[in-house]
Amino acid sequence: MKKGLTLCCLALCINAVSGIAQDNAGLTLPAGFKANLFAENVGSARHIAITKSGVLFAKLNYPNKEGNSIVRLEDANQDGIAEKISGWGKYGGTGIYVKGNSLYASSNEAIFKYELNSKDEVVNPLSPVTIVSGLIDRRQHNSKSITFDKANNIYVNIGAYSNACQTKDRTPGSEGMKPCPILDSAGGIWKFDGSKANQTYKDGKRYATGLRNVVGLDWNTATNQLFVAQHGRDQLNTFFPNLYTDAQNAELPAETFYAINEGDNAGWPYVYYDPSQHKKMVAPEYGGDGKKEGSNEFKDPAVAFPAHMAPMGVLFYTGNQFPEKYKNGAFISFHGSWNRAPLPQEGFFVAFVPFKDGKATGEWEIFANGFAGVENGVKVTNTSKAKARPCGLAQGPDGSIYVSDDTKGSIFKISYLK
Amino acid sequence: MGNKRGNFFTITCIFIGMMLSTQMVNAQNLIKGKKIFETRCLVCHQADGGGVPNMNPPLDGSTAVNGKDIARMVKIIKNGLDERVAIDGMYYNNAMIAMPDLTAENIADVLSYIRNSWSNKAGLVSLAQVNGALVKNKSNKK
Repeated sequence: MKKGLTLCCLALCINAVSGIAQDNAGLTLPAGFKANLFAENVGSARHIAITKSGVLFAKLNYPNKEGNSIVRLEDANQDGIAEKISGWGKYGGTGIYVKGNSLYASSNEAIFKYELNSKDEVVNPLSPVTIVSGLIDRRQHNSKSITFDKANNIYVNIGAYSNACQTKDRTPGSEGMKPCPILDSAGGIWKFDGSKANQTYKDGKRYATGLRNVVGLDWNTATNQLFVAQHGRDQLNTFFPNLYTDAQNAELPAETFYAINEGDNAGWPYVYYDPSQHKKMVAPEYGGDGKKEGSNEFKDPAVAFPAHMAPMGVLFYTGNQFPEKYKNGAFISFHGSWNRAPLPQEGFFVAFVPFKDGKATGEWEIFANGFAGVENGVKVTNTSKAKARPCGLAQGPDGSIYVSDDTKGSIFKISYLK
Repeated sequence: MGNKRGNFFTITCIFIGMMLSTQMVNAQNLIKGKKIFETRCLVCHQADGGGVPNMNPPLDGSTAVNGKDIARMVKIIKNGLDERVAIDGMYYNNAMIAMPDLTAENIADVLSYIRNSWSNKAGLVSLAQVNGALVKNKSNKK
């Protein structure tokens, strides 16, 4: 009888817990925060951007079932759920940014500019101005993520179309090319003028280099500095099984978050960052053995995260809704890994990086978890089974933040209840 | 009469024996194929054969993997793949590495394994089929 009662209580408890989880759209959040689904099934929603009036634009990786690759979502009745949803555009891509009355969106090789009217509707959906074109797209690492500084300059990621700049990509025994020719046109951040049409490489400037692939980047307006999150190289164990075990590959190299100044070099493909040794190590394609330390000419990260988690979005929080500790700190969304296999995968959450006096403290914490839809404490084994994979981040006018999922196209809204 | 019955018994025995040995060979091939899958394929295509969205295509449920064009599968395993191809309506961005060190027998085993794992229920791939494909791929190259 007593046992039955205990079981009954336990069942009730579990129900209550899962009930709460359901209330937060399945997410686990710090005390005082709540989440709900702002939208569902919008398509492969990569980055998102929000206007001053709260209209959200999502850039899709592929056109959705309606055939649109940019989606406009409006919550006119202010109930936290978008009910006016429309779209346009045929090109897949990742980048989207609202700057004043302009909406910028990127394909995998170009950046386009649209005009917004007073209702935040796009005036010229079929005839955008081409701002930049001809950026390298060789499939691998082709997301042209964008952000802006205060002077209307665009910073765009041009990812390296390679894992480690081997003569033959992802081929065992193939040596690293020195110097790596990819760095002339990719593997870095390029800067363009946001107001000038028809630019290409010769009109831009390589702002930072040695960055394998940056999907998440944001301008820190508090310190006037670019911050980028890099996807570290893959498959140390696959190509160098005599130097790295599966377990070592699962933890190497770190996913790195950098405070970027003009001219910086983060060292890809020559070095990678080892998070347990807190050192840059020479890549094995360039004579490294897991012990040889890399050159100090390359930049150290502001924060090192566990390997392979795939940072997709960076957002500096400038709102007033969240508690004080979040102000001017950075949220980073992690898509979730694949290259930790055969070990369990990691990521599938949004992290928070606290800042003090304009600098990352080096610490980080999980802010929102549960996107993958697995029970607390259970790991994702197979990446494609994750229910949602966090990608884009944006801040609404009321200080809430939004997180997009590029698997099924959910958009989560996270707010703080005072 | 008795002799006839004896013959029938012998033939039946041989037939069952052949079936059993074929099954044993199949089971052994699948075990060998699984081992190759785990060491060479799993990291990208994942333990459940589900792949990684946008990066590495799924093997589970793939029409190409379960289809009749064995020569193409053999070619991809042997030579790798680094071109933009739509697989069941989706694009995948990672290059697949070439595995020139795998023998025809290895390829037959691993293909048989992936064509009969998860939800896949396609035919086993024989050594003769792989050898035929290797010859065909070689002459296509010329």
